[in-house]
Amino acid sequence: MVNDRARPVPFRGGGFKHKPAVAVSLLVFVVLILFWEVGSRTGFISNLVLPAPSEAFTALLQLIETDMLWKHLSASLQRLILGWTFGTLFGVCVGLLIGLFSIVRAGLSPLVSAIFAIPKIAMLPLFIIWFGIGEGSKVATILFGTFFPTVIATYGGVDNVDRTLIRMGQSFGLSWLSIVRKIIIPGALPAILSGFRISASIGIILLVAAEMIGAEFGIGAYILLAGSLMATDQLIAGVSILSLMGLTMAWLIGKAENYFLKWRM
Amino acid sequence: MAVLSIGIFYYMDLQLKNITHSYGEIDVLGNIDLTVNGGEIVCIVGPSGCGKSTLLRLIGGLERPVSGEVLLLGEPPKESLNPLTYIFQDFALLPWRTVEGNVSLALEDHSISKLESREIINDVLSRTHLSDFRKALPRQLSGGMKQRVAIARALAVRPAVMLMDEPLSALDSQTRELLMDDLIDLWMRESFTAVYVTHNLHEAVRFGHRIVVLSRRPGRVREVVKIDRPLGDRGDANADLEEVQQHLWSLMRDEARAADRELLHG
Ligand SMILES: Nc1ncnc2c1ncn2[C@@H]1O[C@H](COP(=O)(O)OP(=O)(O)OP(=O)(O)O)[C@@H](O)[C@H]1O
Ligand SMILES: [Mg+2]
Repeated sequence: MVNDRARPVPFRGGGFKHKPAVAVSLLVFVVLILFWEVGSRTGFISNLVLPAPSEAFTALLQLIETDMLWKHLSASLQRLILGWTFGTLFGVCVGLLIGLFSIVRAGLSPLVSAIFAIPKIAMLPLFIIWFGIGEGSKVATILFGTFFPTVIATYGGVDNVDRTLIRMGQSFGLSWLSIVRKIIIPGALPAILSGFRISASIGIILLVAAEMIGAEFGIGAYILLAGSLMATDQLIAGVSILSLMGLTMAWLIGKAENYFLKWRM
Repeated sequence: MAVLSIGIFYYMDLQLKNITHSYGEIDVLGNIDLTVNGGEIVCIVGPSGCGKSTLLRLIGGLERPVSGEVLLLGEPPKESLNPLTYIFQDFALLPWRTVEGNVSLALEDHSISKLESREIINDVLSRTHLSDFRKALPRQLSGGMKQRVAIARALAVRPAVMLMDEPLSALDSQTRELLMDDLIDLWMRESFTAVYVTHNLHEAVRFGHRIVVLSRRPGRVREVVKIDRPLGDRGDANADLEEVQQHLWSLMRDEARAADRELLHG
């Protein structure tokens, strides 16, 4: 009988599709920390090379108890928020201008490409001369560092807006401003937001670099001090604060993406 | 020229005078003379790449011809917000706006009250059977529905002339039939002027009062075929329509063959 030989078609359509698995993420994290802790306690990982997570945690608690955490964190956040906000704000504006006007593009886009390639940390001494050793030079470093990638992401986004949509706008007699506001900017928004992701991490890198030169407070200063004292537990504590800052920014931008790009999902 | 007056508004004649167009070295259109009368649907057919879409862009003022001119005869009717209105092959809907928002886009730059614009949107959405989908985003719609949104958007600005560039060719054949019926319905209820580009001869004989056959590139008017049978009476297989379609196909086949050979031999 034919039916004797009937068997289900094997399923082979799986894979290549991500399912959220928060438990796994947490598990990997916990196992890693546990392994590290146990390794340190048993002497498998030498204390000279790496302090135990519990020691780093104690350093963190100490930071909180002495009220220093808030001092360092607020100094850092202030610099980061100022620099990143203005850097990306100017970046989006200039990027739009380059994307919209041929003359601006001809004038500025080679300049942007040229300056984009310079590591902004190399400019820090110059910024110190221009803006002073205080907050000015630190904010300026972050501002410049986040400005250029934002410019490039923005005008790339404008260039990638579907031309047929612009044509459609023109064919309905929309004004230039309407086309920019209602078609070009929303169309470029995905690229702009992914530019924000990149500029956020660049901002944190530059924050630490800038704080390593002449800052009394700030996570970067704290890490530098810990490093020069070979206080590796404090160093790890500082680094994990940075990593938390990065995670928070990525989370915030993810929220913004969910909100502004609902139509894509 | 006299504007047709059958008592229905938005009539305007369109005249193309000796239009020639080229892109750099490539001549695309040569000496096109054509008049489109108010309330008439003119279909344009021709082999691929003969300049049909280009012609439509010239008619709508999205591009300027190298020589010749496109004339609008008579004042565009005052009620018309956008006399020359396109329906695009790929729908051209803003993916971040709902059905309603996409229609309202075409109205926002005109000085009409919120109330009036809401009335227009309600009206065109019900005419295109989309009232239940006003809050849907384009990605949630099927191809046929997307094109109906585009049609609703075009109707909202009360065009004097509709310019349609292969509006059905991104759709499957059943949807195409249904949407063609919808278009004919719309026209029967309230006749509009249209230039309809297609490569589907069946569509052309269903929908066109006159069918303009363009030659291969550079596109020239090879023949104009007039079909007298009224639009409402073209539903089922009609011997005369079959015959016209056969005739169009024989014209097109020669042109397409010749165009193919040209491509092969540079
Ligand atoms: N912006 C442009 N720049 C240069 N060449 C163009 C441009 N637009 C169209 N062409 C050329 O002009 C010719 C006619 O193009 P058009 O799109 O008008 O043809 P078509 O008849 O609509 O073809 P299809 O049936 O494939 O839609 C083609 O050879 C095309 O390559
Ligand atoms: Mg075309």
